Amino acid sequence: MSTPSESPVAPEPPGGVIHDLGYRPYAGPRLGEATVARSFFTTGLRNTYGLGRSARSKVLPMILLGLMLLPALILVGVLVQAKDLLGLDEQIVPYSTYPITTQLLISVFVAAQAPALISRDLRFRTITLYLARPMRRSAYVLVRFASLTVATFLLVAAPLLLMYVGGLLAGLPLARESGRFLGALVGAALLAACLSGLAALVSALTIRRGLAVAAVIVVLLVSYTVVVAIQGISYESGHETVGQVAGVFSPYTLVNGVQVVLFDSPEATATPPEGAAMGVLYVVATLLAVGGSLAGLMARYRRVSP
Amino acid sequence: MRLVSPTIVRLGVKSIFGRWRGVLLFVLPLVLVGLAVLARALVGQSEEGSQHTLYGLGLVVVVPLVALLATSGLLAPEIDDGSISYLLAKPVPRSTIVLSKLVVAVACVLAFASVPMLLAGLVLRTDDPSVAVGFALGSVLGGTAYCALFALLSVVTRHAVVVGLVYLLVWEGLLGGLLDGVRWLSITRWSAEVADRVAGLTLVAQLPLTYALAAGVVVIVGGTWLTGRRLRAFNLTGDE
Repeated sequence: MSTPSESPVAPEPPGGVIHDLGYRPYAGPRLGEATVARSFFTTGLRNTYGLGRSARSKVLPMILLGLMLLPALILVGVLVQAKDLLGLDEQIVPYSTYPITTQLLISVFVAAQAPALISRDLRFRTITLYLARPMRRSAYVLVRFASLTVATFLLVAAPLLLMYVGGLLAGLPLARESGRFLGALVGAALLAACLSGLAALVSALTIRRGLAVAAVIVVLLVSYTVVVAIQGISYESGHETVGQVAGVFSPYTLVNGVQVVLFDSPEATATPPEGAAMGVLYVVATLLAVGGSLAGLMARYRRVSP
Repeated sequence: MRLVSPTIVRLGVKSIFGRWRGVLLFVLPLVLVGLAVLARALVGQSEEGSQHTLYGLGLVVVVPLVALLATSGLLAPEIDDGSISYLLAKPVPRSTIVLSKLVVAVACVLAFASVPMLLAGLVLRTDDPSVAVGFALGSVLGGTAYCALFALLSVVTRHAVVVGLVYLLVWEGLLGGLLDGVRWLSITRWSAEVADRVAGLTLVAQLPLTYALAAGVVVIVGGTWLTGRRLRAFNLTGDE
């Protein structure tokens, strides 16, 4: 160690050296947007059922799935045991009516899981990390929507599958049951898309999780209650057209009406759509509901700063 | 010792009407009165129409939801972001805090549920104002009891809104419609019994009015007392 007092030499001009320590950049294959979106979709789908999350988050979705399956299991049991006794030759509850009967459970599921997928990313700013990846905003929105839709579809379709298999094993005619079951599956997909779009939009607008849950429930429950009240009143007073138009304003009655129009399913509401014009209105309204909520989501996420 | 602290009441009103929450509170009564007007236009003054609206939508849906929104807007956000510790650090009795918050929630129920019920009832049955008065009184009892219950929920669990909604949908809605015996343990049925007596209807069968009133009072007093007790030894913990 030399001090300046011992050997006074002219100070060297300051300069830096970059040492090559052997660090190397990642040079392997980069998987790109499609892979990111696919794994993001799988993660979202697993998370809606609490897989890959804490044990506490598994409780609610799994209980709801169990409660959805329970009535179907009982119905199948009754059908198998008492088919000859009661003279049954078809399902006790039609496939298309089942989602309306169990709509409270479906509403709770959507309301609990939509904010878990959407509000938290916005509230805790995780969204910036996602947007830093090679995945565009529109892809983020579409993938989140797809995860929620598929999760809801599984919840709605699982009991239908149980009833279908049970019905076939009990000896119901294969061709007729298959036709009705496929129609109900289309209905379940439409219902899942409508509910998910609506719930995703509400929870993207309400960042706080608890409030988002309440808002989604309020929207779904109040719209259904109001529509049923209007339909009941209009049926009793003979103004059936009013009730038919009112059915457009709740996802459950809307999708049930679409199934009545497209697949001639038995109706579950007081005033199902009648005639071609009303049928077209129901189908168009369903498409508009899904498309409109997606457009709303896109507009909302365009304002999110990374 | 003052039972109600004006400062906490003022802050509570602010936190309810701040941002989005207030919008929902205005939407619900509007929907109720709107449906009442529509039903009146469609069927005139009928018992069926008024029961669909005032009971099916009003007592079963609007009153509990207004109570849930108001109560969860008062306590849950403060517990959520931890700012309740500043409030608890003040030399204010915990019972005063709870009572002040509940005063705001009950005022919200009166303004956004009971008054709209009265209006909707008057619109639907101009010929029989006792229907409107009955449903309004029923909604006062039901709404206050729900406020006390949800206040207790929001100090017991971090997921008060979800638990409250599940209770409303499954117990009061689903099981209450299927099983008759639920009427003994259902706030909505108790408030319907009050409406029954005042308006001379039969929404709920075989439920004594004294039992309904007593049960309502027990829930109100018990919920308030337990909330205050729970807040006395409050433990602020993190989320999952």
